[in-house]
Amino acid sequence: MLPLNATIEKIIEESPFIRTFVFDHRFEEMEPGQFVMVWVRGVDEVPMGLSRKNSITVQNVGEATAKLFELKEGDSFGLRGPLGKGFSSPAAGENILVIAGGVGAAPLAPYAEAASAAGAKVHTILGARSGGDLLFEERFAAAGALDITTDDGSKGTKGFVTDVLKKLDVSSYDNIAVCGPEVMMGFIFKILQENEVLDKSEFSLHRYFKCGIGVCGACCIDRSGLRVCKDGPVFSGVQLVDSELGKYARDASGRRVKI
Amino acid sequence: MYTLTGLELKNPTILAAGVLGTTGASLCRVAREGGAGAVVTKSIGPEPKYGHPNPSMVQLDCGFLNAMGLPNPSYAEFVQELEIAKKDSGVPVIASIFGGNSEEFAEVAQGLLPGRPDAFELNLSCPHAEGYGAAIGSNPCLVETVTAAVKEVTDLPVWVKLTPNVADITAIGKAAQAGGADAVVAINTVKGMAIDIESGYPVLGNRSGGLSGAAVKPVAVKCVYDLYAALEIPVVGVGGVSSWEDAVEMMMAGAAAVQVGSAVYNRTDVFSEISSGIETFLQRKGYSDVRDFIGLAHEAI
Repeated sequence: MLPLNATIEKIIEESPFIRTFVFDHRFEEMEPGQFVMVWVRGVDEVPMGLSRKNSITVQNVGEATAKLFELKEGDSFGLRGPLGKGFSSPAAGENILVIAGGVGAAPLAPYAEAASAAGAKVHTILGARSGGDLLFEERFAAAGALDITTDDGSKGTKGFVTDVLKKLDVSSYDNIAVCGPEVMMGFIFKILQENEVLDKSEFSLHRYFKCGIGVCGACCIDRSGLRVCKDGPVFSGVQLVDSELGKYARDASGRRVKI
Repeated sequence: MYTLTGLELKNPTILAAGVLGTTGASLCRVAREGGAGAVVTKSIGPEPKYGHPNPSMVQLDCGFLNAMGLPNPSYAEFVQELEIAKKDSGVPVIASIFGGNSEEFAEVAQGLLPGRPDAFELNLSCPHAEGYGAAIGSNPCLVETVTAAVKEVTDLPVWVKLTPNVADITAIGKAAQAGGADAVVAINTVKGMAIDIESGYPVLGNRSGGLSGAAVKPVAVKCVYDLYAALEIPVVGVGGVSSWEDAVEMMMAGAAAVQVGSAVYNRTDVFSEISSGIETFLQRKGYSDVRDFIGLAHEAI
C-alpha cells in the first residue's frame, strides 16, 4: 500500500514532550497495539503506535519527531497501516492488568478501553517521570482501577511501576499487557517470569524499522529471528524467553547497541 | 541433495540477498522454519552504513519498490552473525558483499572468512547506491576486475549478482565469467519510482529505487534465458518468484536454482511450499530430477 494522505485535525499537548495528532482518517479495523508508518514528507518515515483509531501520540525524541512537532493543524502527513500484530482481544469477565510507562501508554489506552468495553475487568499501573508527564490518566481511570507511580513522587506512589507490580498477585490476571521503556519492560519480564505467568503476558516492543512490512529484516530480534514489525510489535512473554529484550537492540546499520 | 557450485542444497530455493538477512537468527529462521535450501545474507560492506532515509520499501499493486541504501553493520561486526547462521541454520550460507572498488570487495571477503561462509555473492547490481552496486556492475571491465580480485583472495565459490538495468546483460555475465565467477545470479531490482500525488513527493526516501515482486518476473525470465544461452557457468534465477510455478518457469528458462525475496512478505515458509510444489511437479511429469527441465525452453522450438 502507498501512504494515504492524512490531514491533522487537532494537536493535543499531552505533556512537555508528548503530543497527540488527531487526523482525518479512521482505521476502523485497527487492533490496539498495531502501528502506522508515519511519513513526514521529505524527512523520514517512522513507526508510531495508534493511540486511537484516528490518532498517534508522539514523544519528541529525534529528527523525524522534531519535524512532526513542527506541523500545525491543517498540515498533512502520509500514513501506512495499520501494521503488525496487536494485543490479543480481551473477553468478557477476564481480569486484565495493563502496565504502561511513559509514552508506552499510547497503544495501551485503546487496549484498556477495548477490554473494558468487552466486559473485562481492567487494572492499570501507569508510570511516568512526574505527574505532568502522565499520559492518558483519564482514559485508564475510565476503563477501570488505576495505580499511578512517578519517579519524583509528584503524583501517586513515588517509584516505578514495578514497585506496585511486586505487591500484586499476578497469577490472578488472565492477561498482562506491557508497554514502556525497554529497561522497565526488562524488569517486568523478570518478575513475570519468576511468577511463571509469561504465557499470560504480552509485551509491545520498539525497534528500528526500515521497511515496516516484514521483508527487510532490520527489526528481527534474537534469538528467535522474529520480526518486530510483522510478527510483533506485540509478543507473548513466552516468545521473548532468552531474547534480547532489555539487553540490546540494533541501530539502523544492524549493529548491536546496549540498552 | 542438490549440488550448485559445489554447495550441497537440500532443495533449489534460496533466500535472496537483502531480505531477512541482517541477523544470524533471522537467517536461521528462514532456513529452519521457512525451508530454504540455502540463504544469502544482507549485503555487507567495509564500514557500517545506515542506508537511505525511510520510506525505504513500499508495496505497489504490481510488486514492491525499495531503496534501502545498503544498510549494514560492516564485515567486522557481521562476522558474529555469520557464525550464528553457520552454526544453526543447517544450510549453506552465502555472504553477499559490496564495495566501492576491487580492493574493498577483497577486503570484505577476507574479513568475513573467519565466519566461514560457504560462498560469496558479489552485489554488482544494487540500483540506488551511488558508487556501489550497479554503478560498478554496469561496466563489464569493472565486473571482471572485481570478480577476479575476490577470486584471488578466496577458494570459495563466487557468485555475481547482475543488474537488469543495462543494454545487454549477457555482456556483464560474460565479464563475470571471464573474471572467474562460479555462477551468476539474475536479476537485481529494476529501476523504478513512485510519486505521492497528494504532495508531489517521490514516495521513497531516496526518491527512486528498485522494483521487485510479480512485476519483474517476465524481465527476470528473459534475462535468465539469455544468460543461460550465453554462459558456461550456472545461472541462479531471481525476480518475482513466489510460487512453484514461477520457480519451474525460471528453471525452464535456464536457472539452476531460484532465489526468493519479496515473497516472504506473504509467508516466510514460501520456500517449503515452492520446493514441495516442484517435487509434485517432477512426479506428475515423470522427471527424475530438476536437471531434466532446466533450460527446457531452449529446446522447445
